[in-house]
Amino acid sequence: MTSHGHAAKPAIDLTKLRYILATDCGSTTTKAILIEKIGDSWRQTQRAEAPTTVEEPFADVTIGVSNALTEIGELAGRRFIADDGTIIRRKGADDPEGCDIYISTSSAGGGLQMVVAGVVAQMTAASAKRAALGAGAIVMDTIASNDKRKPYERIQRIRELRPDMVLISGGTDGGNIQQVVQIAEQIAPAKPRPRFGGEYELPVIFAGNREAAPQVRAIFGERGEKGFDLSVVDNLRPTLEEENLGPARDRIHDVFLEHVMAHAPGYDRLIAWSDAPIMPTPGAVGDILQRIAERDGLNAVCVDIGGATTDVFSVFGGTFNRTVSANLGMSYSISNVCAEAGMQNVLRWVHVAMDERELRNRVKNKMIRPTTIPQTAEALVFEQAVAREALRLAYAQHKEFATTLKGVQQQRTVGDLFAQSASGQSIVDDMHLDLLVASGGVLSHAPRMEETAAMLVDSFEPQGFTQLAKDSIFMMPHLGVLASVHADAAMEVFERDCLVRLGWSVAAKGEGRWGKRCFSYRVSGAVTASGELACGDVALVRVGPEQEVEVHVEPAGGFDLGNGPGKSVTRRVKGGTVGILFDARGRPLALPENEADRRAAVARWAKAWGVLK
Amino acid sequence: MAKAYTPGLKVSSRTVFRARRQLPVTGDVLVTAGQRVEARDTVARTFIEGDVTPVPLASLLSVPASDVPGLLLVKLGDRVAAGDVIARTKGIFGFGKKELTSPAAGTVESVSATTGQMMLRGEPIPVEVKAYVAGTVIDVLPGEGAVVETDAVFVQGILGIGGETVGTLRMAVTEPSMRLEAKHVTSAMKGCIVVGGARITAEAVRAARDAGAAAIVSGGIDDADLRDILGYDLGVAITGTEKIGITIIITEGFGDIAMAARTFAILKEYEGREASVNGAAVLGSGSKARVLEVVLEADGGRRVTVPRANIELIET
Repeated sequence: MTSHGHAAKPAIDLTKLRYILATDCGSTTTKAILIEKIGDSWRQTQRAEAPTTVEEPFADVTIGVSNALTEIGELAGRRFIADDGTIIRRKGADDPEGCDIYISTSSAGGGLQMVVAGVVAQMTAASAKRAALGAGAIVMDTIASNDKRKPYERIQRIRELRPDMVLISGGTDGGNIQQVVQIAEQIAPAKPRPRFGGEYELPVIFAGNREAAPQVRAIFGERGEKGFDLSVVDNLRPTLEEENLGPARDRIHDVFLEHVMAHAPGYDRLIAWSDAPIMPTPGAVGDILQRIAERDGLNAVCVDIGGATTDVFSVFGGTFNRTVSANLGMSYSISNVCAEAGMQNVLRWVHVAMDERELRNRVKNKMIRPTTIPQTAEALVFEQAVAREALRLAYAQHKEFATTLKGVQQQRTVGDLFAQSASGQSIVDDMHLDLLVASGGVLSHAPRMEETAAMLVDSFEPQGFTQLAKDSIFMMPHLGVLASVHADAAMEVFERDCLVRLGWSVAAKGEGRWGKRCFSYRVSGAVTASGELACGDVALVRVGPEQEVEVHVEPAGGFDLGNGPGKSVTRRVKGGTVGILFDARGRPLALPENEADRRAAVARWAKAWGVLK
Repeated sequence: MAKAYTPGLKVSSRTVFRARRQLPVTGDVLVTAGQRVEARDTVARTFIEGDVTPVPLASLLSVPASDVPGLLLVKLGDRVAAGDVIARTKGIFGFGKKELTSPAAGTVESVSATTGQMMLRGEPIPVEVKAYVAGTVIDVLPGEGAVVETDAVFVQGILGIGGETVGTLRMAVTEPSMRLEAKHVTSAMKGCIVVGGARITAEAVRAARDAGAAAIVSGGIDDADLRDILGYDLGVAITGTEKIGITIIITEGFGDIAMAARTFAILKEYEGREASVNGAAVLGSGSKARVLEVVLEADGGRRVTVPRANIELIET
């Protein structure tokens, strides 16, 4: 994982740790958790939250942190905040108050906002975007020589943006320098104004062809001279075949701390309090997901659907990707979800008749009153229908972005020529997705776990065997930053307290006429069940979180459950709060076109999976 | 008829309203502390750097980038007009010389021997900040702007479309539950801030715009009508830059919603006074902002103002 520049702190003796406090300073709420060593195990024991206090009239993030930690202390019966508002440190094993370490993530004040640039949109600019997103940034725009904008349009666009920093890539080491210098020449005179006002020197990170560095230095000036603070790191695309995002990502984290955080109200104190570098919230989520995927050898996807944006994180074959769908969310952006997906696509998930005019007004009212929640069962059904479409669109965008490197020349055999495999293909493979983790209000706070599971399956359309889980109280950010200090503790809490295992999706890939046999299943062990599903059918077998069963499935010809078309699969799995959701609706999932048939089918699926009584 | 109540929206029959008026970059402040200003008065002015026109000299002259500096007829800092000859190739034995004229007026800011590109900086662009509300300058922000204070009546809405404007308050209906339709709009409403009751129709908005009204305020609007007016679906409630020829303020929300009785009563009480209106809404993650306000000057009651959407502007 990454290591970031940070004021020197005394080395932490992990063996003496017992009380760990972690906060995530979000835009509206500061969420605190207490992690304690109980016996030999690390457990998350308390959670509290308080309004974030970055904005006026407080303008000091540490007030919200103190409030949240005070509440944690009250819940835990242990004082963590001193009378002067600072964090109490435990002085010895018997000290009745204080914590051993304090760590934090932050997305307050709109998080980390960046502009990235590269020479070719699909190559170096895409790599730059991956580096920025992986570091937890919101990418405001991607500038590239072939972005179909005229140079003056590009300059105009850069002038309008107010980023926290700019990342420039372009050219392989030893390759053409002219094009990347040209991009730098367009960014410098645009003089993008930083969010934090005139005194702030806009950080620019150059991670392109190292031979272009002298020219880039000349363009942006030495430190502060032309209103920029330029740093040069290793090329993030040293060759077309290689992506080296680490140095750029680390530098983004450093700049985030040194510049962005340092200009946010109260962050100088927060940085001083913290025993590990403060990380952007999404960066921390990505880190913990990568660790889990690496440790267990999993392909995993995690989605966090918020009010304004939806983040999707994935690890496939060890490669990490993150995307932020900036205008897909459940409150501020809900109207945009309906516009992008189309109201017809939203309503296909609704099993009762609804008045479209009234729904459209309801969507807009949610947009302008973002904190309202559904008051009726019908409103909840509609909100979850919107969520399905937001998730589907966000996942589609993620698949488009998470690709093999583009521009790579591949050596092909005759067989490959027939397979027509090309560079730039999505590495997201639904058949090999092992773990799908949900977080964000509409998924985490759905009244029933079955609703969360059904939303995940309908929108992500997993294939074969996929474990479904949700982040119980959105503590992945806390665990991500904890992992940078104490990886074992973070992993342990992740397993025991963070994830709520919902169960498994067992879904057949393939298409068939409804009513025709799709696959049969047999569950044995702690729970016994069997059945046969026709195309268009679904079933649920309740298998509890502590129950282990063997699942055997026999697909009909043309349907694939993981071992190839028509081949049976047997797996031992542990259940979850929902159980095993068998899905014979086929992939890609198609709903009946006839209105009455569609409503009947959606209602039937909802009943079968326990969503509707 | 639905009714809405949104906690946090402010409706006050008398409050001290302070408008912080700032330039985007430093410039000249034109007012002094204690000075009385009108809403349309300019309080600060500056120039921002002009637009940049890149000129790809090397490719236009078909020469290597490194040759470009030697072919220039202008030097850094020179001002050129569109059509001025800025570079000339040497040709072969003096023949076949190729000339290049400037595509735009501006100052030569840079020329790169690496890319063969010239950057021309256009004329500075003036930026002005108006007082926005009539009142007294209580604080000057050196180089940035000023804070204008007024004793005001203040009404905040839930959504706005369009930017700042000033006009006379004119009631178009008699009850807060009355829909605002095209038939309620008259030619006498030119330059006015037209106030309706419940839902406003697209036809009414168009009629008000055609009549030359400055703004239109009502309780609700249908999503379909808003789409019709804007020509697109409003995806997120970040507004203020729309160019539809009129500012729209919705006080309650979408659908058939009556304007809150108190809001309606306040606006009615101040009919005939001048008001400033701003439809800019900045709802978004991390923002505590709310939308439209109507500020009525209460001391002597000469003026009604509907200022900026940002709640930070209000200090009571």
